[in-house]
Amino acid sequence: MSLHIEDPRIVEFDVQTDEMLVNMGPQHPSTHGVLRLLLRTDGEIVHECTPHIGYLHRCAEKIGENLSPPQYIPYTDRMDYLAAMNMNLGFALAVEKLIGMEVPEKAVHLRVLIAEIGRIASHLVGMGTYGLDLGTFSPFLYAFREREIILDLFEEVCGARLTYSYITIGGATHDLPDEIEMPDGLASLIGKHKGERLPFLDVIEIFLQWLELRIREYHTLLTRNMIFISRTAGLGILSPEMAVSYGCTGPVLRGSGVDFDLRRDGEAIYTRMYKGYDFEVPVAPFKEAPREVALGDNWCRFYVRMMEVVQAIRLVRQAIPKYKAASGSYREPFKMNTKLPKDEVYLETEAPRGQMGFYVVGNGEGNPLRLRAKSSCFCNVSVTDQICQGVPLADIPAIVGSLDIVMGEIDR
Amino acid sequence: MDIQSIHSILLERFGESVVGTQTFKAIDPWIQVSAASIVEVCTFLRDDPRLLFNHLNDLCGVDYLEPDAKKAAKFGHEPHVEVVYHLSSLKQRHQLKLKVVVPRWKDNVEGQLPIVPSLSAIFGIANWHEREAYDLMGIHFEGHPNLRRILCPEDWIGHPMRKDYAFPLEYHGVRGR
Repeated sequence: MSLHIEDPRIVEFDVQTDEMLVNMGPQHPSTHGVLRLLLRTDGEIVHECTPHIGYLHRCAEKIGENLSPPQYIPYTDRMDYLAAMNMNLGFALAVEKLIGMEVPEKAVHLRVLIAEIGRIASHLVGMGTYGLDLGTFSPFLYAFREREIILDLFEEVCGARLTYSYITIGGATHDLPDEIEMPDGLASLIGKHKGERLPFLDVIEIFLQWLELRIREYHTLLTRNMIFISRTAGLGILSPEMAVSYGCTGPVLRGSGVDFDLRRDGEAIYTRMYKGYDFEVPVAPFKEAPREVALGDNWCRFYVRMMEVVQAIRLVRQAIPKYKAASGSYREPFKMNTKLPKDEVYLETEAPRGQMGFYVVGNGEGNPLRLRAKSSCFCNVSVTDQICQGVPLADIPAIVGSLDIVMGEIDR
Repeated sequence: MDIQSIHSILLERFGESVVGTQTFKAIDPWIQVSAASIVEVCTFLRDDPRLLFNHLNDLCGVDYLEPDAKKAAKFGHEPHVEVVYHLSSLKQRHQLKLKVVVPRWKDNVEGQLPIVPSLSAIFGIANWHEREAYDLMGIHFEGHPNLRRILCPEDWIGHPMRKDYAFPLEYHGVRGR
């Protein structure tokens, strides 16, 4: 009996592909550190994507039970190492809330200034590495060029380039420097002579002016790039209901159209810092979005980050005169023998990647009874399985990259 | 909405057998709920139009035990384990802390994990937070679809965040200390 095929396309549909388990990571270059994804694929289509985490687990919470709060500050650096200043701030505020400490006005504006520059640096990495995930290399170089200058400035502030431990309980470890030598990177970019000494706050203003013009370039490189749009728009759609149910926060939540930012809606001890500051919270959907874009897709999450950089620049600009005019010291001294009261606090702050929470239980001793760090990326990455179903294998890095995760924070 | 009105709403709905009485003197006041009814309470909190607690910020366990016998007299807590739920409403912009108190070991038999019902059907994120609490604190969440270790390796022994956890001397040929 001969087999007659009337319409060859039907045979294509009848081909049975085997289900296959594909292991992606933990050493895969596009998973941002040591994230392991176990993909169940049918042909090229992914049906199940299970994240396996814990390769960077150091049990930082247990370490916290054996250290006093100022000693624990360096460990918060090593959680989200791309936004260490914001992590320091979150923990410092939680302990201040527990012991009822008031921070001087000067320290408040110093913190806003430093934390928002940290947010710019973190979002630059998020943007640059997202370009890498999608196969374009040049935005990464531009982003790291800019970030390098921020690291130079932070080095002048506290001596460290990545793990700062600068913002501490009661304020900061030092005041901002008065006058610095202009960083070599910035000097060569704006055509100034190397070695020129300028007031620190003026250098920040020079840098912001320079960065502001570059943001338009990033938009041409990525945001409005046709290839970028076709790799991101309409992909990895996270509905607002699912984002809330899965505890997503930060740009992931706002990219899904939920208008919530702790700098505006958070607890009093945190929003008090931003009182008197004028800023907007970018929330999807955007009017200027290309028509392919859907609410809560990769493009929206990316664009929220880009818009937050603009808002962070605004905040830093407002913080500079406030810091100059503020009176008082840059810190309230914290005695090393302070006993934590028999009480417990939970405080979330808006870190660049989402709401970072610290839960501190004191028991009348110097060390806390329990220290819990609730990670924002932990919640954001838990939604991967839901948004990666039914997409081709090649889109997995694009979707996971748009969540902008840092494994140090997930595994703690 | 402040904690006192939330407490009275819960008391009216569930009665005193479920909702504990509190003094609200702490910095972050909390409401204690019986373990058996935590699922009902959280469903009510999420769906009630006055409350709308749709966001589970955090879920973690706290082990109240002082392993050092000399300090135990000053410790001031009976040995127990608490599961702490931090809820917030993105619409009403208020927060709530719930606590469930369970014994350190079920029926006081060491090694039998205490049982708390799982919230994973109500909040998606509870799935991972409960896995973490199981892994590090040793709390068995009943009704959880996939209660496996999440941060530690699958063949790890013990629950590291317990106060009486003994650090392993050796793991797959790697010396512990």
